[in-house]
Amino acid sequence: MSDLIIKVENLSKRYRIGVKDETHDNLTGKIISWIISPFTNFRRVQKLSKFNNDDAQDIIWAMKNISFEVNNGEILGIIGKNGAGKSTLLKILSRIVEPTSGQATVYGRVASLLEIGTGFHGELSGRENIYLNGTILGMTKSEINKNFDDIVEFSEVGKFIDTPVKRYSSGMYVRLAFAVAAHLNPEVLIIDEVLAVGDAAFQKKCLGKMSETARSGRTVLFVSHNMHTIQNLCSRTILLEDGKIVLDGKTNEVVGHYLRQDTDKLIEGENNLKKWHGSRKSFGNLRLTAVRTLDKNGEICTIFNIYDPITIEVDIKNITDNGFVLSFMIHDPQANMVYHIRSQDSNIVTQHLNSKTTVRMTIPELKLVENTYSIDIWLGNYFDLLEDHVENAMTFNIINQGHSVAHLKSIIHETGQWEIV
Amino acid sequence: MKSKTSTPVHVVIIKPKTGWQLIDWKELKEYKDLIYFLILRDVKALYKQTVLGFSWAILKPFIKMIVFSIVFGGIAKIPSDDIPYPLFVYAGLVPWEYFSNSLTRSTSSLISGSGIFTKVYFPRLIMPIVPCMATLVDFTIALSIVFILMFYFGYAISITIFYLPILIIIMILTAAGLGMWLSALAIQYRDVPYGVQFLVQILMYAAPVIYPISWLPESYRIYLAIYPMYGIIEGSRAAILGQNAMPWDLIGIGAISAFIMFITGAYYFKRKERIFADVA
Repeated sequence: MSDLIIKVENLSKRYRIGVKDETHDNLTGKIISWIISPFTNFRRVQKLSKFNNDDAQDIIWAMKNISFEVNNGEILGIIGKNGAGKSTLLKILSRIVEPTSGQATVYGRVASLLEIGTGFHGELSGRENIYLNGTILGMTKSEINKNFDDIVEFSEVGKFIDTPVKRYSSGMYVRLAFAVAAHLNPEVLIIDEVLAVGDAAFQKKCLGKMSETARSGRTVLFVSHNMHTIQNLCSRTILLEDGKIVLDGKTNEVVGHYLRQDTDKLIEGENNLKKWHGSRKSFGNLRLTAVRTLDKNGEICTIFNIYDPITIEVDIKNITDNGFVLSFMIHDPQANMVYHIRSQDSNIVTQHLNSKTTVRMTIPELKLVENTYSIDIWLGNYFDLLEDHVENAMTFNIINQGHSVAHLKSIIHETGQWEIV
Repeated sequence: MKSKTSTPVHVVIIKPKTGWQLIDWKELKEYKDLIYFLILRDVKALYKQTVLGFSWAILKPFIKMIVFSIVFGGIAKIPSDDIPYPLFVYAGLVPWEYFSNSLTRSTSSLISGSGIFTKVYFPRLIMPIVPCMATLVDFTIALSIVFILMFYFGYAISITIFYLPILIIIMILTAAGLGMWLSALAIQYRDVPYGVQFLVQILMYAAPVIYPISWLPESYRIYLAIYPMYGIIEGSRAAILGQNAMPWDLIGIGAISAFIMFITGAYYFKRKERIFADVA
């Protein structure tokens, strides 16, 4: 018996995007177009499901000739920018939409979680919605009966289980919805970015449940924009771009490639702050003009391996030269401040400098886990009064290449020094 | 892993389908729990947060009965086969209300359920069928009132009441058959639900709800019977009140046409099914 569970061969999907109608700016034209509008409307609606070769200008291929195979028990991540075809792929494999050409074969039962709480009805109680949502997701009544207490316990809604869900807080609602989804038990599970629900504590619980599911030998296809989650859960990842697979391989390599390509195009590791349109407070005597992140060779870089050194370099325009204080605040995506590094705490001399100064700060060993981090820069004068504060001035990514440690639940990466005494 | 070799592997092949599709009855059976809970949802959610609750299932045909008795029975003096007009019209309104509610709800079932079927796979055929089942609850409640009215007007329950289940089955087939046709059209052409509002009104006057079949020339009846509700309304009245003979000829023609509507509806729905998520 082969271990193959999903086989995708040359799968393609074509969609029609609406092309704007021609508009008339004279009265006669408008009246005529209004009279014939039923006919044009009919043709337009009919064309939603009919495709000819002659009207190629409003057809897009959301997916083109995608082929891959998934083995039993594999956890496959699917990443790519918006519009790359990730959701289309999941919808086809979930049998929600039909491919235009190609074929996919799935040897097992599929459950798909493209959203949580599908079919929830506000007027029905939590209990009734568990059964409704559960059967919609493909569970049988007896399966739900068996898991009912676990679902309620996981959702933490407890005594509100017989209250109509429209009276629930939004947090309770998503917790209940996720609790049902978390107890699905199919051979293949297809998940689309549904983990970002609830408060931080519940998110953590969901992630824990997901990795538990993933490691119980089930096959999982997982789409996410959160590289941290992908790296935590998936051993193999596919990168989609414009409906095609551009890379298929080990998660760390694919994610690294994706982030590198992403940042290359966008900010190239340097942010010119002279014309900064983001959140900023500034007074003008001292001004940040650019920020860069550098690797150990002093080259501009936005992707760092765990334990790599990172150098943050800023250019400062200095008008009065009374000296300055500079601090960097580094946040993770959940807005936890992971580093707060201040020039006051070092012995750097910041007085009697040129009108244009470049300052470098190096963290010799980055101990952050794989994720995307943002840098806030706070620049003050010698009296520690605010001169320029740029939020989210830059982002950088931490990847894990070549380090065996994985699945850490903390923000800080620390192996520790161990001994048996 | 070992247990897997003994259990047959569930294989799904996903590829573009063209032309007519067979109906997978086995798959529908696998989803019987879903069908049950969707029906339960429709039934439970219908009268939630109303003061009168399921009394509305009685009030809707009852109020219509009063209005029709005044307008058609009292003012227009439409004959009613020597049956008291309120009883006559209520016995016709009970199946009619079922049909019109089922048809309207079934037609919009895909539109109102697009949030579900664009996110999860299940046999889409369930969608237009569920409202036709859920409305049976209203039908049963409204039907029980007929017996109170009969008691009030001094009618005894006839043995012919046992024919009613046959009529109910034909009635469900008609509503579901048309519902499958119209819901498959409605998901792409959103004019359909508006059109159905008028269609339902016209269909009410085409069926002998407010008038007896004896009101029209006999030669027309055979043709009108192609519309199944024609025989069903008259048949239910005969079965419940036991006054007229059961119009088996009309019911028979209606049953054949209901069956054709159901089968063609199911196949048309299956044929269009593959585009639902794309046009929804």
